[in-house]
Amino acid sequence: MIHICNVERYHAPSAEELQALRESHVLLKKYDYERKPLHRGYTDKILTIDVGTKEAMIADIPAEVKEKFIGGKGYCLRYLWDAVNPQTRWDSPENEIVMSAGPIAGITQYGGTGKTLICTISPMTDIPIDSNVGGFFGPYLKFAGFDALEIRGKSDTDVVVVIDATKGTISFEEAPMEHFDAHILCEELTALYADNENDKKNIAVAAAGSAADYCNLGMLNFSFYDPRRGVTRLKQAGRGGIGRVFRNKRIKALVCKIGGVKANLNDVYDFGLINKTGLKFHREVANNDAKQNDMRGVGTAYSLRTLADYDIVPTHNFKFGDAPGIDEMTAAVFKADWLTQGAADGCWYGCSMACAKASDHFLLKTGPYKGQRVCVDGPEYESAAGLGPSCGIYNPQEVLEINFYCDTYGLDTISYGTMTAFLMECYERGILNKERTGGLDLTWGNAADDLEMMHQMARNEGFGKIAALGIHKQKEYFAKMGWGDMNEMNDFGMEQKGLEYSEYSAKESLAQQGGYGLTNKGPQHDEAWLIFMDQVNNQIPTFEDKAEALYFYPMFRTWFGLMGLCKLPWNDIVPADNALTDDPKMVPEHVENYLNLYYGVTGQKIDTKEMIRQSERVYNFQRIFNIRMGKGLRANDAIPYRSAGPVFEDEYLWREERYDTQLVELAGYTPEQVKSMSLQERMAATRKHREDQYQKLIDAVYPKRGWNMNGVPTIAHLKELGMDLPELLEIVEPLQ
Amino acid sequence: MQLNHREYAGFREGITVQDVIDENKFTWPKLVVRCNGKVIWPQDYAQTVLQENDDLEVIHLLGGG
Repeated sequence: MIHICNVERYHAPSAEELQALRESHVLLKKYDYERKPLHRGYTDKILTIDVGTKEAMIADIPAEVKEKFIGGKGYCLRYLWDAVNPQTRWDSPENEIVMSAGPIAGITQYGGTGKTLICTISPMTDIPIDSNVGGFFGPYLKFAGFDALEIRGKSDTDVVVVIDATKGTISFEEAPMEHFDAHILCEELTALYADNENDKKNIAVAAAGSAADYCNLGMLNFSFYDPRRGVTRLKQAGRGGIGRVFRNKRIKALVCKIGGVKANLNDVYDFGLINKTGLKFHREVANNDAKQNDMRGVGTAYSLRTLADYDIVPTHNFKFGDAPGIDEMTAAVFKADWLTQGAADGCWYGCSMACAKASDHFLLKTGPYKGQRVCVDGPEYESAAGLGPSCGIYNPQEVLEINFYCDTYGLDTISYGTMTAFLMECYERGILNKERTGGLDLTWGNAADDLEMMHQMARNEGFGKIAALGIHKQKEYFAKMGWGDMNEMNDFGMEQKGLEYSEYSAKESLAQQGGYGLTNKGPQHDEAWLIFMDQVNNQIPTFEDKAEALYFYPMFRTWFGLMGLCKLPWNDIVPADNALTDDPKMVPEHVENYLNLYYGVTGQKIDTKEMIRQSERVYNFQRIFNIRMGKGLRANDAIPYRSAGPVFEDEYLWREERYDTQLVELAGYTPEQVKSMSLQERMAATRKHREDQYQKLIDAVYPKRGWNMNGVPTIAHLKELGMDLPELLEIVEPLQ
Repeated sequence: MQLNHREYAGFREGITVQDVIDENKFTWPKLVVRCNGKVIWPQDYAQTVLQENDDLEVIHLLGGG
């Protein structure tokens, strides 16, 4: 086991290297501004930068925007709506990247309070994507005087935008000599803008990576400096291609520099309440984490082994749910051999949950950094499951190497994992072969060629150009080339609305099929994770129960994105007496904590009803935004059949007894009928039953959400929410 | 015996809460176990013998972001 006290500090760029970088910078434009301090979690200011014209503008955020949209994702969507039109696509100059951290973000007394939400029109879905990220940039932006940042326009040269709150300046600079890959670029910029070693913790960088120039699944890294290791580490706004938009605007990086983090920079309403609430949480983590999920030991990858016991791991492109090689990459293996223990691994100050684990001085075996030793973050569960079992890979070293290159190249690990698994299944089925892949052998488990494909993506060459498209566009390309049948690829290509699925097999949970399919942005689990409630606990057996869950949880979880909060401290640790509460799965004490944090920061008392109401306004706004952009209707909520049931014969045979039994118990066949049916007949009957169930689920969910049967929010519902805004009514009125 | 509101086919004389957890591979680290509405704590799983009419709930708490 590796302990932090035995980890050597990483090498920083030398003074000579930094001097050369500094001398190469060209200042294009510089603005002075007066920093407005925070008051009760807000500055009520938004910074708009146009990287095309190199303009920086500061504006007040109107009170009605604050009231209805709260912050975080609410602000991002509101300002993005105002910037774009129905014809806007991801690479249109008017498309914006909007980021906002939310009113609670930046406090340091409670766990998970450093999240930033980012929205843009996605290159993968053509609708708004939202993605959350830890790291320093969002909170530092608040401390620099801005509740939100909107970025518009396109630069004709690569540009770095520097917000320096210590000097009160915003500058546009050319920085030609810095590397493009995020692990080096963030290190260089952190060192370059820090006054000294101690000042590095006051620098935050946002950057993509070299593959984001070419790949739809490009993501955005946020840095956080780790003073113990002496290295700049990265967290990711992974989903939906934000990094691609970032690089299309030719932004090399954003830098934010502040004078230091202090206990009450948010100037909160009741600091004592926040302190008290935080202390209670920290005690809970200290006493219970090792007995519960061991987040401090292994992070979210703790669940990898155990989820295989429930047939939830997306093995071989979600074909199976167990994972035969999973014992090679259990939490115990990662903890014993790879992840450094004992470090304060929070991605924001004050997070005692500390789940941002790292593998230190990891030796790379491939690619441009072959032979170098680097700090690799994670892998989180999603990364480990998607890059590992989904592709038939069970070697921790290989998973970590793929994870590292995804991060530094600026690729979303979830989309990359699910997309690679799709390509491997295409290879297995003969849709792809070595001739079509340019020599890549995409057999399950072939990590070497998986990595080579990724290096090609970063170099924009060979089959990497095809991989760069993501599943949705790959299906169209393969069909156009006559390589594969579109209907068949639609069944096993795990994307919806253009976004790749995150890493949970939902075949045995109808509610989770809806939890993925009925999302606003596409199949990401952050809206609703209902598998246990449904499949295992059997707590929501009826359509009415499932519909209630698919109303409540997406609204409840959206609230975290309005506030700048991480969801993990809600339910990845629970009080010791949580079992005695009326509703243990909701962790009632933690919900009370969040209401206290909101009150403590803003001075406004709300209850859970208002919490849901705040989210519901933004959630419905996003749904109508989707409709405005040409999606957001019932037809767009269709799911690939692989998400609901077995597509191919070997998939059915893997759990033949279960599927046969369900035909009797759920689909109305007699045992004799099932016995007399061929495999193909049983598969067809299973499919018909499961697809019918999904439609009935939609029928139950839409009214619960205040939508009509085409998935359009009703005018009455918008009025009830106070969201009968003219621009929304204009969209929904013709669709009532 | 009911397990999570379904008839439990594996019921037999002398079966304990721990047996049910093991047989069903309930390996998730955060479980709340209730028998007839009463919480059973982990240290009592192996000693708690279930009866034919018992209503056992093994609730898996959510996790993840």
